[in-house]
Amino acid sequence: MASIKIPTPLRQYTGGQAEVTISGRTVGEGLHDLVRQYPALGPHIYEDGVRRGFVNVFLGSEDIRFLQDEDTPLAPDSKLRIVPAIAGG
Amino acid sequence: MTATGEQLDQTQVQLSHDEIRRYSRHLILPEIGLEGQKRLKAASVLLIGAGGLGSPLGVYLAAAGVGRIGLVDYDVVDESNLQRQIIHGTKDVGRPKLDSAADRIADINPFIQIDKYHEPLNSENALSILGDYDVIIDGTDNFPTRYLVNDACVILGKPNVYGSIFRFEGQVSVFYAKEGPCYRCLFPAPPPPGLVPSCADGGVLGVLPGTIGTLQATEAIKLITGAGEPLIGRLLLYDAAAMTFDTITLRKNPACPVCGPQPTITALIDYEEFCGVPAHDHSTYQEGGALVRAITVEEVKARLDAGDGLLILDVREPVEWQISTIEGTLRIPKAEVVNHLEQLPRDCDIVVCCKTGVRSADVIRQLQGQGYARLYNMAGGINAWARRIDPSLPVY
Ligand SMILES: [Zn+2]
Repeated sequence: MASIKIPTPLRQYTGGQAEVTISGRTVGEGLHDLVRQYPALGPHIYEDGVRRGFVNVFLGSEDIRFLQDEDTPLAPDSKLRIVPAIAGG
Repeated sequence: MTATGEQLDQTQVQLSHDEIRRYSRHLILPEIGLEGQKRLKAASVLLIGAGGLGSPLGVYLAAAGVGRIGLVDYDVVDESNLQRQIIHGTKDVGRPKLDSAADRIADINPFIQIDKYHEPLNSENALSILGDYDVIIDGTDNFPTRYLVNDACVILGKPNVYGSIFRFEGQVSVFYAKEGPCYRCLFPAPPPPGLVPSCADGGVLGVLPGTIGTLQATEAIKLITGAGEPLIGRLLLYDAAAMTFDTITLRKNPACPVCGPQPTITALIDYEEFCGVPAHDHSTYQEGGALVRAITVEEVKARLDAGDGLLILDVREPVEWQISTIEGTLRIPKAEVVNHLEQLPRDCDIVVCCKTGVRSADVIRQLQGQGYARLYNMAGGINAWARRIDPSLPVY
């Protein structure tokens, strides 16, 4: 199964889970499966069905915006991650 | 490739015998050598923030022999800083951070110059302050200043050695628009106010800024000397809990509003307005939208004593309830409040409190969106209660 790493600021919506197993043929399907499992995450990832500007999704080391975005195919061993904006110093 | 090293004119500087003794471990390092050490001496670096990241940065850049170090910070040393801000000591509590940091730096290396800017960085002063330095290092603690530093660096053509931290998580990159992406290429829009708490509200592992600030210092020295491969176009992600370092690839966003081919931002803007949050606690910025009514801890105490039907909702995290609580409060962590509306009556006044009043204001805005009207934000949070009503409680 593919998996997605959840950054610290969003773990409050995944019951503290740092990594979640997701299913889907594409990145978009995987993200929707994530939201299906943790509905409270939904509004933090999508707004009116559009992925929010501060949500950066990477497949391996590549930004999906420079691949095929949410149409990028997901393999069974794919590792996704959400890269958060954090500002502490 | 070197970002600034070759531009620095090191032919004008010489190292004294004392300096040669001091820097001998650099001088025998082939990647640095005499030429690299002269470049360091000829270089100027601006540290924005003399806090968690600024502490190791100031210490190591001074020790390494960077000739001129500028420090920007308006704050004073607080006891709660000492868990991570190792440039300051217990004796410095109450002193301006700039003075404390400058004393420490001067003790480490008397051969360098220190410039102090005792003011918050803003759109009026940023270009003139940053313009005087070769390398800019972003060690600030808030989103408005991070966008400000990025845009100013892009406009001035300077490299921005970026680092940020939250809880157990850290990020490092070098944003240098001449040679790669900028901060806005990765984060075109800031997160909504309230999603990412500050370290004051969310906590931070004390040693984390040591790790991240030291990595930033490494990148600054590489940029100046030309040694190694700088972290341009890559973002280093550090997870101290899992103890993993991952590097991901960053690309220039062709639609970037500041470093793209058709920029729409060509001068500094109002960054507090852009991010919807104040940049620092001296700010006069007020968020637009529905009004959040404040109530003082004295008023809360008087109404409780009078037997007034008042509900106090404490939205801090369970670990914080172990530090201090007010008796008889309803306790629901901020992220859980919307799932427990059945516990919140609509026909009585609700006072929402947290540590200092920031998270409680977010909760009030959420509840206003659910149709609640009788809401008050406890000004200063439970720390104000501990200071002014119940001194048996600790301030944290
Ligand atoms: Zn850019």
